[in-house]
Amino acid sequence: MSLTLPLLRRRAWPPAGLLVSGIFLLLVLLAVLFPALLSPYDPLMADPVNAQLPPSAAHWLGTDQLGRDVLTRLIYGSRYSLLISIAAMALAVTVGSLLGLLAGLARGALDEFISRAVDVVSAFPDLLLALMLIAFTGPGTVNLIFALGVASIPRFARVVRAQTFLVMSSGYVEQARTFGLTRRVLVWRHVLPHAIAHVPVLATLGLGTAIIGTAGLSFLGMGPQPPTAEWGLMLAEGRNYLRNAWWIGVWPGVAITLTVVAVNTVGRHWQARFEGKKA
Amino acid sequence: MSRELFIDIRNLTVRFPSPQGLKAVVSGLNLQLQRGQSLALVGESGSGKTVTARSLIGLQDENALLTADRFMIDGRDMLQASQRDWRAIRGKQIGYVLQDALVSLDPLRRIGQQLGDALRANPRDGNTDLRQRSLQLLASVGMPEAQRRLELYPHQLSGGLRQRALIATALAGRPELLIADEPTTALDMTVQKQILDLLQRRRDDGQALLLISHDLSVVGQLADFVMVMKDGIVVEQGPAQRLLQAPEHPWTRQLLQAVPTPQTKGFRLSSPAPQPLPAKQIDAGEPLLQALGLNKHYGAHQVVRDVSFRLAAGETLGIVGESGSGKTTVARMVLGLTEPDSGLIQIEGQPWSRVAENQRRLRRSRIQLIAQDPLSSFDPRYTVEKIIGESLDAAGIFGAERRQRVLQLLDEVRLGASFLQRYPRELSGGQRQRVAIARAFAPNPALLVADEPVSALDVSVQAQVLDLLADMQAEHRTALLFISHDLGVIHHLADRVLVMKDGAVVESGDVGRVFTHPQHRWTQQLLDALPVLPGQAA
Repeated sequence: MSLTLPLLRRRAWPPAGLLVSGIFLLLVLLAVLFPALLSPYDPLMADPVNAQLPPSAAHWLGTDQLGRDVLTRLIYGSRYSLLISIAAMALAVTVGSLLGLLAGLARGALDEFISRAVDVVSAFPDLLLALMLIAFTGPGTVNLIFALGVASIPRFARVVRAQTFLVMSSGYVEQARTFGLTRRVLVWRHVLPHAIAHVPVLATLGLGTAIIGTAGLSFLGMGPQPPTAEWGLMLAEGRNYLRNAWWIGVWPGVAITLTVVAVNTVGRHWQARFEGKKA
Repeated sequence: MSRELFIDIRNLTVRFPSPQGLKAVVSGLNLQLQRGQSLALVGESGSGKTVTARSLIGLQDENALLTADRFMIDGRDMLQASQRDWRAIRGKQIGYVLQDALVSLDPLRRIGQQLGDALRANPRDGNTDLRQRSLQLLASVGMPEAQRRLELYPHQLSGGLRQRALIATALAGRPELLIADEPTTALDMTVQKQILDLLQRRRDDGQALLLISHDLSVVGQLADFVMVMKDGIVVEQGPAQRLLQAPEHPWTRQLLQAVPTPQTKGFRLSSPAPQPLPAKQIDAGEPLLQALGLNKHYGAHQVVRDVSFRLAAGETLGIVGESGSGKTTVARMVLGLTEPDSGLIQIEGQPWSRVAENQRRLRRSRIQLIAQDPLSSFDPRYTVEKIIGESLDAAGIFGAERRQRVLQLLDEVRLGASFLQRYPRELSGGQRQRVAIARAFAPNPALLVADEPVSALDVSVQAQVLDLLADMQAEHRTALLFISHDLGVIHHLADRVLVMKDGAVVESGDVGRVFTHPQHRWTQQLLDALPVLPGQAA
């Protein structure tokens, strides 16, 4: 018999870091969904008279080289930066999970083929691979999503494949076979839900990387083109004015950093809870 | 040897914090042990026996609140003892063999290193030659080829040898008392016998022993004195002979009666008065299941060789053998989960092996499985209702009709409707096995394959589950293929038996005949390993 009894834990507030990250992400989400709600300015309308104004009561984060409000552009830019990352993750999750499930179920030659292909893809650093793909497809929002998504496929394919192996050899799948269930029902009911159990956590952690990837590639001009408001692009434009108007380049950098940190904090916490539950 | 008490504990209470306040796991326990005496603590899981034993070496859980009027070990008051004081006791005065021998050795260190660790932690009168002392220790626990085995890792040893190595580490500091927590659980019968013999030898040499077990028959013969615990309270204690032959407390009697023996055949194990089991309805006509010349290889290793048997409708066939004897592979072939390399299986006159899966699938619900570990055979996301209901998919029973059937089955296994929405993790071991039985009977199978269905259960729970299985079998007229390493259980339940060793059937026939007049040497050996309660005819 076991000597450990569940410790007494009172229902407590979540840790401060998690709380702050959660609130921040809610704000970002609000910016993605309803940017006009948070800002009175137009993100694209140039106003040369008011160019390069430092932060003030009217323009909290100042204005850029064309007189556009930096905060407004950050708010509108969140839509591009986040949606590109989320779409890339969605692509990676879908394709990766399917490939992993297929490899895990088929075993043999098909598994060998998929696994080696995944190995080849993961042999390149994510960002380098994405750059390479964009070199073929050319810059643009859709191409950026595709490039980042493909580069993230391996981690999902591998985890799902390993989980599929594990679940297929479990007692309950064996038992379900003795009920005379078809393979399709078996996979749908018992294998898939367990095989993809880790995917949401993995995708959240991957989202942080994807946001950096998105910003990085747009910074290099591989993503959305000017005058689009996008964090990486804004960072690239602001770099030229750092000496006399630091706010144009610094705020987008701060936004990227805070978002990634917040996403990772939530992801790590979720992962810890998930693994604690499994143990 | 002094007559002074080695251990003297009065009114020991161990409490744990719980959401409902402090919960007493052990209450009002008195324990006196003289040097050289041996004591057995017997009770079900959760009765507080392990907590009691661990408190003797100061290893109770950190949250535990321990109080006692008197807590003396070797004349020292240990109530206020520091960790340093406890270290002087552990290993040197009291050696402790943890419950699970298979995981209690460090998998990354060689046996010799682990013995060396134990010896260095307990330096004694100049035994400077660690290797020499290690060899002596291994010899004292009857480890064959000790020299070679010092160099091995735990996973390279069999279960029995690992248990010996673990006992050897506990003996390194030459303790006056050896505590062994369930020393034979998860071991094969013949290996259990070897470990019990080893402990018996120590006892005969005048060394003190404290044995913990849920099974009275295992520890009864090794102890001078037995304490029976239930819910943290000692319900009965006394000299072993007296307690085993004339138990006074109803609980002790129940524990003793729960042990399946030749005498219990045909009677309930879980009722206080002898009560016959319902008669089986065996159809002696055409056999339900026929297996002819089954063979199976994994690589070069032949796991099943030329196994043939038949099973009539409503009959129970036992397969007995040790781990690795091929009995589970035979079960998997009968279930259609593994294909035999050669040989033939027929069910209800139709071929069953080497049939296309889409044809076999339609007949699969005729054969159901009860696995050893029900928890792993349940999808953790499923409630009890879904678990039992799923086996009705093939029969096309859904909706209200399915719910009705599940409720009826839950009732038959004596679990109520309140269990419908529970998850498997929330159930006790016995309840889980009941759910597994309900699920197996749900599609009205002709044949039930039970692979070690009770070997993970306490004796008293095992008794209830075996009774339930017999009731259900008689009512549904199901044939049963019952696989176990436990001869007592097989004898109690089966009509005929196959004895397997190294993949082959060495003996088969009527249970009574095989177990009273065994023809094969191996059967004889297995029977000799069966623990016998004093006062029972061998």
